[in-house]
Amino acid sequence: MKILLKNGYVMDASQGIEGVKDIYIEDGRIAAVEKNIERAADQTVDVQGKYVIPGIIDMHVHLREPGYEYKETIATGTRSAAKGGVTSLACMPNTKPVIDQQATVEFVKNKAQLEGMVHVYPVGAITNGLQGERLTEIGDLKAAGIVAITDDGNPVMNGEKMRHAMEYAKMFELPVLSHCEDKNLAAHGVINEGRMSTLLGLKGMPAIAESIMVAREIMLSELTGAHVHVCHVSTAQSVEMIRRAKAAGLPVTAEAMPHHFALDETALHSFDTNLKVNPPLRRAEDVAAIKEGLRDGTIEVIATDHAPHAIEEKEVEFDNALFGISGLETLIPLVITELVHKGTLTFAQAIEKMTVNPARILGINKGTLKAGVEADITIIDLDQQKTVDVSQFASKGKNSPFHGWNLKGWPIMTIVSGKIVMKNGELV
Amino acid sequence: MSFNRKDILGLQEMSREEIEYILDTAVPFKEITLRPIKKIPTLRGKTVINLFYEPSTRTRTSFELAGKRMSADVINISTSASSIVKGESLKDTALTLQALGADVVIIRHGMSGAPHLVGQTIKAGVINAGDGTHEHPTQALLDLYTIREKKGQVAGLKVAIVGDILHSRVARSDIWGLTKMGAEVVVAGPNTLLPPELQSLGIKACTNVEEAIKDADVIQVLRIQQERQEKGLFPSLREYSRLYGINHERLKYAAKDVLVMHPGPINRGVEITPDVADSNQSAILDQVTNGLAIRMALLYLLAGGGGEV
Ligand SMILES: [Zn+2]
Repeated sequence: MKILLKNGYVMDASQGIEGVKDIYIEDGRIAAVEKNIERAADQTVDVQGKYVIPGIIDMHVHLREPGYEYKETIATGTRSAAKGGVTSLACMPNTKPVIDQQATVEFVKNKAQLEGMVHVYPVGAITNGLQGERLTEIGDLKAAGIVAITDDGNPVMNGEKMRHAMEYAKMFELPVLSHCEDKNLAAHGVINEGRMSTLLGLKGMPAIAESIMVAREIMLSELTGAHVHVCHVSTAQSVEMIRRAKAAGLPVTAEAMPHHFALDETALHSFDTNLKVNPPLRRAEDVAAIKEGLRDGTIEVIATDHAPHAIEEKEVEFDNALFGISGLETLIPLVITELVHKGTLTFAQAIEKMTVNPARILGINKGTLKAGVEADITIIDLDQQKTVDVSQFASKGKNSPFHGWNLKGWPIMTIVSGKIVMKNGELV
Repeated sequence: MSFNRKDILGLQEMSREEIEYILDTAVPFKEITLRPIKKIPTLRGKTVINLFYEPSTRTRTSFELAGKRMSADVINISTSASSIVKGESLKDTALTLQALGADVVIIRHGMSGAPHLVGQTIKAGVINAGDGTHEHPTQALLDLYTIREKKGQVAGLKVAIVGDILHSRVARSDIWGLTKMGAEVVVAGPNTLLPPELQSLGIKACTNVEEAIKDADVIQVLRIQQERQEKGLFPSLREYSRLYGINHERLKYAAKDVLVMHPGPINRGVEITPDVADSNQSAILDQVTNGLAIRMALLYLLAGGGGEV
């Protein structure tokens, strides 16, 4: 199978390519990125006026399988990714069973191979069963194919355990993805502590519950030399500490989520449980700090924290609703609408945060259009306007606060390993 | 004005005009509660359901009596008697009540926002009888009614609210109601029981009770719950009582004719001393009587279909 993409505006930060070029794909791999390629192809697609970029990587996804297939499966989650223009994703280990053994890593990889529409990179647990007690066999997990470790959702509260995890992870050159939350300070809060928690009478999680753990992880990174990646940064304090850690040369990286820059806590006035997410939506000042962190490079990754839930898990009292937003299918339009069109990031900067940067952090050979690599490509129409409609999601999770939002800048084609899996917003 | 709300969920979203309209509507109902024969036919054939997920004798009885005095069929569902324990979702419970023909559902729930979910789910009117630590609008309306009755008006008065503001739905509804009606509001309590950014609601907050009640025309004393002590939010009821309890000595800081209120039930000797609670400055029992009138007025506005009182 040979595919020729004609006249697209190609951007690939990994090779410093930017301009109108053609891309020739052969046997699932990139064969050439050049001007005016005149070679016979089985399929020629004219993408004039569209942006052709390395396939988008989402390094923070909850695929829910095994164990919570009613929320999402590897099949539906990867279809959701493909529909959203994402060609590779890293999946979190808080499944049932937890991804804390080789067999589970292999299960996820095999299932993804058989049923998945995009590339899936499992993330292993830090501690067995995410219990915060015994370290997993991190070396064995790495051998089975994990790209990072995390106890996402169940932060490792014990500083000594986290220290050992970092010391161990460093031996295997695995990044430690930290969901920074001091459980005692968070104290079962359900939204940000502040004006909205006062108004709504909902239990607040103070910003410092996150920031204090970011401080701990930075100091542990300094002590151990391990690469700490701060997940879903949501507070101004966190951004500032990460900025300083970077200035000090520490191996600290960070990610932000679309809901943390597209929404602030004032959206919560309606008790809409689709806005219940952890870390919670914060103040406008925090949103501004996250945008500044994205702009100045303090935050080098944008990911979704895609957290699909069943309807009956959200159509309940706010306190009883589960945390999380189904995010894969709104990632690209939110980034372009909220950050690129509004001037926080250039399109090139935005794309780097979802391609080369996560690829480098996870140590995967993705996020590039170099000749010879698997042809993972996302094509984006910066001007296309569409209204988000959760009923059209390929994900089982319809829990999106962005339903009904009119967004500008959508993926129009997703190519995974040289195969067109999404065209004009529809799965192929 | 015409009153066209389907639900009474809180005072935050209500205008001063709406609040005054409710208070005015309650006046003839108060008169009815003082008649020898207290029953009127206004809601004959209407079904009012009390859906109580938290135990509450006072509020439930008040709503029940309000419905019965207006000849409605009143049904009480409380946690122990319903499918709630079997794990039926609030949404399904609400839909079931709608299918049974409820005209008004009165809900008391331990979680903030639960009445809003019910209101969005069913076509019947919904009255919030207290949700979590969010709002308790009927309490605030009866407080306003009581203040207006005793003081002539609410505007221009200084009202102090003393106690556990953080966990108090009464405080939140009172703050909205009082500020909309033009009162000056000061709240006082230990720092651990004051939620953040109270000033943004247009009120003052302090930790010193004498400062809060200085020259106050009205003091609303909140019930302090033992379980907050167990969670470590204050060290002991004994100390709390010493620091924040309203007694005669403290009342000297307030205006001479200060009105003392309490939403009940009272912990005598803890947040308020018995002599103050039983004094002629206390409006605690007037609050109870006025609560009935307010709840009759709300049932009338939601289910009365505009008929004669
Ligand atoms: Zn997380």
